[in-house]
Amino acid sequence: MSEGRRRTLLSFSVFALGAGILFAAWCWWTAPGGGEEGDIPPRLRQVLEWNSRLWASPPSHRLSVLKPEPPAGKIPRTNGDLGLKNVVDVNLWRLEVYSDDSADARHLQLSLAELRALPRTTFSTEFRCVEGWSEDMSFAGIKFTDFMKAYGLQSKKYVALVSVDGEYYVSIDMESMEHEQTLLAYEMNGKPLLHQNGAPLRLVIPIKYGIKNLKQIGKIYFSDTRPPDYWAEQGYDWFAGL
Amino acid sequence: MRLVEKHSLSLRIVHWLNVPFLCLMIWSGILIYWANDEYPGFFPDWFYSAFHINNRLAEGMAVHFAVGWLFALNGFVYLLWFFISGHWRELLPTTSTFRYAWPTVMHDLGLHPVAPPQGKFNAMQRLVYTSVIVLCVLGVLSGFAIYKPVQLGWLTACFGGYRAARFMHFLVMISLSGIVVLHVLQVVRAGWNNFRAMIAGFEVDDE
Repeated sequence: MSEGRRRTLLSFSVFALGAGILFAAWCWWTAPGGGEEGDIPPRLRQVLEWNSRLWASPPSHRLSVLKPEPPAGKIPRTNGDLGLKNVVDVNLWRLEVYSDDSADARHLQLSLAELRALPRTTFSTEFRCVEGWSEDMSFAGIKFTDFMKAYGLQSKKYVALVSVDGEYYVSIDMESMEHEQTLLAYEMNGKPLLHQNGAPLRLVIPIKYGIKNLKQIGKIYFSDTRPPDYWAEQGYDWFAGL
Repeated sequence: MRLVEKHSLSLRIVHWLNVPFLCLMIWSGILIYWANDEYPGFFPDWFYSAFHINNRLAEGMAVHFAVGWLFALNGFVYLLWFFISGHWRELLPTTSTFRYAWPTVMHDLGLHPVAPPQGKFNAMQRLVYTSVIVLCVLGVLSGFAIYKPVQLGWLTACFGGYRAARFMHFLVMISLSGIVVLHVLQVVRAGWNNFRAMIAGFEVDDE
């Protein structure tokens, strides 16, 4: 066999073997798992968790870029009506707060008037959706750290928020909740929240994708174990940080 | 008949690793783009249904943010090798590249009988392969700019903001896809000897 034929045969065999190994690695990596966390293969999910740890380290002093205020009353873009089954009566609505997830947790019931009396924070920034769109919006509400301070609530590893109808629920790491742009918001674009944007009170956390910005909050609780998260269960990254 | 060494082993490895990585990035990127396909004129509905693109945003994001590391790492290794090995001398455009670029196209189209003088790569190869490097670097940077617009806000600002960076990322994908199609056509045209060199490393010189 000539030198050329020998080298060709050898190289193409190594090439085929390499392609086979890569393909096998891909199959292993994307092998379906128990299906508890949506249809994302568990080993792929591990990379997302690794990404989260990588990017979670220095967030507190980085701000989502401030933008000029949109014209007052501009209707903010919405995406879906998850968690908005009920049109709530602001006078009857109460925010249920639990200091932890045990049976003897401290329980608060707060009206919108009480919440509005807390220090008010406003800013305009870009709101970003997993789908790819983004829009400049302005927000007014209570900084989550001010809220915790006002009611003497202690940090835990996670904060869980649940919509009034119970169908939309998110859990968020404490560091992100303590970010200075994390608000319990009651106004967008200079007007009280519209139903479709999560009236009477929603979460605004511009350092994460829109999927974490829960609408129409009914309940907030603190926990040291990671509470369930609707969109993570649908196969999205749990951390969803920007 | 004698064997002439053409492509080094390192080049062949990064080239062939780049094939699945780039394909996975483009495919998962389109899974993401489907969710808000706002740039007019791309991807009609039949395209989405033919390739089963619909309703796979979460999957697209998971694959994109995992394989992205491999794509970037492979590109980084290539760039290191590119400068250390001196490969850049064969590939980056020179003054004659611009002079010979058009005559090379004319020759390839069969409209000009004589091929312009060239080294390992002809003038158009130098231009297009260099563009691929620039596009990939832009693709990775604009990708990070829309992946972490808060943590890497300075990078997002360099691209003129989130929306501009997203558009740039899309343009890079379209350009690379176009180049890949041209590249494959040219490889088919060039024939077996040329293709074998990309796998086995050598070309057979008949003279």
